[in-house]
Amino acid sequence: MKFRRLMFANLFRKKTRLVLTISSFAIALLLFGFLAIIRAAFSGGVDLAGADRLVIINRTSIIQPLPLAYRDRLLRIPGVKEVTHFNWFGGVYQDPKNFFGQFVIDPEHQRQMFPEFKVPEDQWQNFLKDRTGAIAGAATAKRFGWKVGDHIPIQGTFLPGTWEFTLDGIYHANRSGDDETQFWFQWDYFEEKVPDRYKGMVGWYYVKVANPDDSVRVAKAIDNEFSNSAYETRTDTERAFAAGWVKQFGNIEFLIMVIGTVVFFTLLLITGNTMAIAVRERTGELAVLKAVGFSDRFILLFVLAESVVIAAVGGAIGLGLAKLLTLGGDPTGGFLQIFHMPASTVPWGLAAALAVGIASGILPAIGAMRLRVVDALRRV
Amino acid sequence: MVRVDGSGSMSSLIQVRGLDKKYQRGSEEIHVLQGLNLDVDKGEFVAFMGPSGSGKTTLLNLLGGLDVPSAGTVTVDGDEITHMSRSTLTQWRARHVGFVFQMYNLIPVLTAYQNVELPLLLTKLSKAQRRQHVETALNVVGLADRMHHYPRQLSGGQEQRVAIARAIVSDPTFLLCDEPTGDLDRKSADEIMGLILQLVKKHGKTVLMVTHDPVVAQKADTTLHLEKGALVGSGRPEEVSAGGYR
Repeated sequence: MKFRRLMFANLFRKKTRLVLTISSFAIALLLFGFLAIIRAAFSGGVDLAGADRLVIINRTSIIQPLPLAYRDRLLRIPGVKEVTHFNWFGGVYQDPKNFFGQFVIDPEHQRQMFPEFKVPEDQWQNFLKDRTGAIAGAATAKRFGWKVGDHIPIQGTFLPGTWEFTLDGIYHANRSGDDETQFWFQWDYFEEKVPDRYKGMVGWYYVKVANPDDSVRVAKAIDNEFSNSAYETRTDTERAFAAGWVKQFGNIEFLIMVIGTVVFFTLLLITGNTMAIAVRERTGELAVLKAVGFSDRFILLFVLAESVVIAAVGGAIGLGLAKLLTLGGDPTGGFLQIFHMPASTVPWGLAAALAVGIASGILPAIGAMRLRVVDALRRV
Repeated sequence: MVRVDGSGSMSSLIQVRGLDKKYQRGSEEIHVLQGLNLDVDKGEFVAFMGPSGSGKTTLLNLLGGLDVPSAGTVTVDGDEITHMSRSTLTQWRARHVGFVFQMYNLIPVLTAYQNVELPLLLTKLSKAQRRQHVETALNVVGLADRMHHYPRQLSGGQEQRVAIARAIVSDPTFLLCDEPTGDLDRKSADEIMGLILQLVKKHGKTVLMVTHDPVVAQKADTTLHLEKGALVGSGRPEEVSAGGYR
């Protein structure tokens, strides 16, 4: 490309200005990437929710339990293919800051319900045989340096005593963004140790439906089944449940959109001003280019290309930095358990950067295109 | 041969007929050029003189297709440029006109070589062919050894020589020089004029030059004097300096 040298020579004309302009794009895109990470952390569960899974909680609140006896009644409802249940444990490992989700699971049905979580077969078989066994997500195991066979004591919070576990296996998720921070242990161990008032009660149920298109009808049938009982249910698709969970934290999407818009608008003003100055200070040179035969269209694209290159380089740096940020894992000590940059962030981020690049360069570029050689040379 | 009475033949390289240029400044209409006729043959070296505001640079701009007249026509080598579209005119300029400005107007972030190469980027020449043309042009102006210098590393005279190399590198039909020595000391000015004369005498270039300097104008074959937008006289340079016109 024979014009490349001309363009790059102009780009590097004022190195400090170039670095600052690229930096403003990089910082804006770093923030964009970071907001995308936060959004994914809060709503990742919504995006990844299984289409064929329903979540059943106590109609009053998720912290109210449901009877274990509901399991068999659930299985009798037409359209229900599989049922499993969970309890929240909420213990402390060494220090309250070391937060990670601990769940009491029904080992018999866990893998059928959540095929996206993979545990090596031998580890799973050991877990099934080990009443105090536990399975940890790869991220949590890595965070605390756990190996299979390690003894892990967890101090109960609302449940008394220290609970001893043996790590029998480590699960990995096969989709980017799936939660690899959970800690699972056996229902039987839990049931044995909890006070009487907690016995026979589960936190919530997961149901797999035979036909995802039938989810709404099945959900209604489940809630009808338990209506007017001591433990009425509220059944939602997993996606709706996850979305409702996110809403508890406020309108994260709106917040992110407002912050992102303000950042990009500010960026547009800064780069637009920079480009206008850059074009104005070389009016004479652009006039000479026109005088020797460079077309108006060339001048337009020439100026525009400059802002687009700045936007692309700054954008790529910013998104790269955002990606680097995720490599160290969740920096909040467990609050943001899904901490990754979704793949779609890169094309969207680059598109946003390029849009700002074009928007900031278009007015100076049009001005340069319309420049009359005679007027411009008179100004020099 | 240069004629100003509109009697030139069709073989003239440049034919100007009834050229008018008016500007509107507020409610006031400024008549910069008034019904100007001019014929310039190939290989001529013509100098335009006259007081500031007499229309010299405006005439040069119209001849070079940088501006459009209010009335009249400019025909160069058979092409009537006054009715060309903006884009056609741009292409025409690239093929036919070499510009030399008083302030050199080199691109400061490009080397001498890259500045001279600029007009060739618009052609279909290969990189090797462009290199050959650029080196030839820089050799003509005596700056082959400075081709990788940036304008800030050159003296004013050298910068103007690079500008002349840029003007001639695409072998244009004619050169338009707007006060090419106006910003130079006498020695550098003499060198530049020597170079322009060489282009005319040795390479057969047609040169139209605006100048305020009678010493510089004396080097031209013909000097035309403008006042208030009209050609008030023409003649040999010695006649101009003696104050007499035909």
